[in-house]
Amino acid sequence: MSSMVPADKGKKIKKSTYLRRTFPLYLMMVPGLAYLVINNYLPMFGLSFAFKDINYTVGIWQSPWVGFDNFSYLFRTNDAFVIFRNTVLYNLAFIVLGTVLAIVVAILLSQVKGKMMRVYQTSILIPYLLSITVVSYLAFAFLSVDSGFINNSILAPLGIDPIGWYSSPGYWPYILIFIYLWKNFGYNTILYYATLIGIDDSYYEAAVIDGANTWQQIRHITLPCLKTTIITLVIMAIGRMFYSDFGLFYQVPMNNGLLYSATNTIDTYVFRGLLQLNDVGRSSAAGFLQSVLGFVLVLGANFIVKKVDAESALF
Amino acid sequence: MITTSKASKIIPHIVLVILTLLCVLPMLLLLMASFTDEATLTANGYSFFPEKFSTASYEYIFKASNTVFRAYGVTFFVTIVGTICNIVFTIGLSYPLSRPELKGRNIIAFLVFFTMLFNGGLVPTYIIYSQVFHIRDTIFALLIPTFLMSAFNVILMRNYFKTNIPDAIIEAAHLDGASELRTLSNVVLPISTPIIGTIGLMAGLAYWNDWTNGLYYIVQHQEYYSIQNVLTNMLNNVQFLKSSAQLQGINIELGTLPSVGIRMAIAVVAVVPIMIVYPFIQKSFVKGIVIGGVKG
Repeated sequence: MSSMVPADKGKKIKKSTYLRRTFPLYLMMVPGLAYLVINNYLPMFGLSFAFKDINYTVGIWQSPWVGFDNFSYLFRTNDAFVIFRNTVLYNLAFIVLGTVLAIVVAILLSQVKGKMMRVYQTSILIPYLLSITVVSYLAFAFLSVDSGFINNSILAPLGIDPIGWYSSPGYWPYILIFIYLWKNFGYNTILYYATLIGIDDSYYEAAVIDGANTWQQIRHITLPCLKTTIITLVIMAIGRMFYSDFGLFYQVPMNNGLLYSATNTIDTYVFRGLLQLNDVGRSSAAGFLQSVLGFVLVLGANFIVKKVDAESALF
Repeated sequence: MITTSKASKIIPHIVLVILTLLCVLPMLLLLMASFTDEATLTANGYSFFPEKFSTASYEYIFKASNTVFRAYGVTFFVTIVGTICNIVFTIGLSYPLSRPELKGRNIIAFLVFFTMLFNGGLVPTYIIYSQVFHIRDTIFALLIPTFLMSAFNVILMRNYFKTNIPDAIIEAAHLDGASELRTLSNVVLPISTPIIGTIGLMAGLAYWNDWTNGLYYIVQHQEYYSIQNVLTNMLNNVQFLKSSAQLQGINIELGTLPSVGIRMAIAVVAVVPIMIVYPFIQKSFVKGIVIGGVKG
C-alpha cells in the first residue's frame, strides 16, 4: 500500500511543479547533447560536402556544388576497386579466422581452473591494451630489414637472405591478418568465455554418462550453447564490413607507398586524400559511400539478428 | 566443463602457454632492445639476448629530450581531463534518460542511439572541427573529437541505472525532500560505481592510446603532441628527434644519438603506465569487455 502513495501523488503534481522539479535533469543533458550535435550530427549534414568542390580559400559554404563529379572522378581510377576490395576481404578474413580462434581459445580456457586461468586470461589481453603505435613498433622490431629480429635471428642462422618486408606487398595480407588476430583474439575470447562458463555442468555430465567423447561434447553441447553469441558477434562484424582499423593499415605498414596495393583500405585512402594529397573530392566521395553503405549494412545485419534471436538485436 | 580423459587435460595448458608467450614475448623484445647498446643493435639487430647492455637510450630521454617529457605531460593531462569529462557527460545524459517520468526521453534516446548507426566519417568531421570550430593546433584537438563521450556508453549506463536502481529508492529520496541533483549524487552514484569505473577505464585507455586526433589536427604546434604522436612521427622519421634536439640548442653528434634503441625506449615509456595499472584493474577490465562486448 505504501508504495502506491508516491505514484498517486505524482499524478496530481502540477505542470509548473513538474518543470521546476525536472529542470535540472534537462539541464544536465545539455553538455552531452551539445557534444553529439558537434561531433556527430553536424558531420552527418557535412556528408553533403561530397557533392561540392571543396575549396578552403573561398570557404566550405561558398564552395560550388558539383553534383556527382567527385564520384565519377573517384571511379575513374582503379583505386576505388582496390580499396573496397581490400576493406571487404580483410574484414572477411578477420571475421572467419578471428571467430574460430576465439572460440577454440575460449573452450581451452574454460578447461582450466584457478590461478593458471587468471594468468592466461591476463596475458592474452595484453595485446588488446596496446596502442596501434606501439604495435607498429613491435612489428618493426621483428620485420625491420637491417635490425629486425626475423631477418637477423631467424633467417640469418638458417642461411636465408634477409627479406625486405617493408617493400614486398605480397607478405602483407598475412602480416596484417596475423597482427589483427594477435591484437584482438584475447578480447573476443573473453566474450565467448563468458557464455561458456554459464553452461550448466549437468549437460556435460549427462553426455558423459551416455558415452560422449570430448569432440562430441563440444559438437553437441558447447557449440549449440554458443550459437547465439556467435551469430550476434559475426553479424555485427558484418555490419562494420566497410570500416577498417585505420591504425592497422596506416601505421603498421608505416604508410609505405610500396605496400599500398595490399594495405590501402577505405579509411587510409580517405585520410591520405584529405590530409596528405589534398584530394578532398575523391576522399569525400569514398567516405560518403562508406557511411551510406555502412548504414545500410548495419540495418540489414540488425534485421537478420532480430530474426535469429530477437534479444540480441541492437534495436 | 567439458569432460576429457586425464591425458588430454594437459592439452589446454600447452596451447595456452604458447599463446601466452606469443602475447608476452614481443613486449620482452621491445624491452631488451631499449636496453641494448647502440653498436650491438647496429651489428646484430634486435635480440632477446643482447651481447651488450646500455642505458644510453633512457639517459637520452631523461637528459636531453624535452620532446618526450612534454609529450608525456600532454598525454597524462589529456587522459585525466578527458576521462573525467567523459564520465561527467555520460552520467549527465544517461541518468535523465533512465527516469521513466521524464518527458521527451524517448526522442532524445533515439537521437543518441542513431549516432551509433550512422556517422559522417572523417572528411566532414575533419572539415567541421578545423573550419568551423578551429580546434587545429590547440589542446582541444586531443580532447574533443571522437573520445569525449560515446553514445554506446550512454546507453550502457542508462540500462544500468534502469535495471540496478529501483524506482522506490529514488522516490524515497524525493519524499525526504532531496532535489534531483542530490538524489543523483547521494543515492544513485554511490551504488553505480562498477559501471562508472568500467566506463572510465575504457575512456582512459582510449585517450592514452589515441594518436589519430594528433595526426589529424596537430599540424604546426608539435608541443601538443601526445606520446603516441611522438612515436608515430619517430617511426617514420628519426630525423624528428635530431632536429628537435638541435632546436633546443642541445648539441648531439648525430653518430652518438641512439636512434635505433631510443625508438624502442620511448615505446617502452609509453606502455609502462598501462602495464603498471593493468594488474590492479584486470578484473573490472574483463567485466567491462563482457558488458560492452556482446551489444557492441
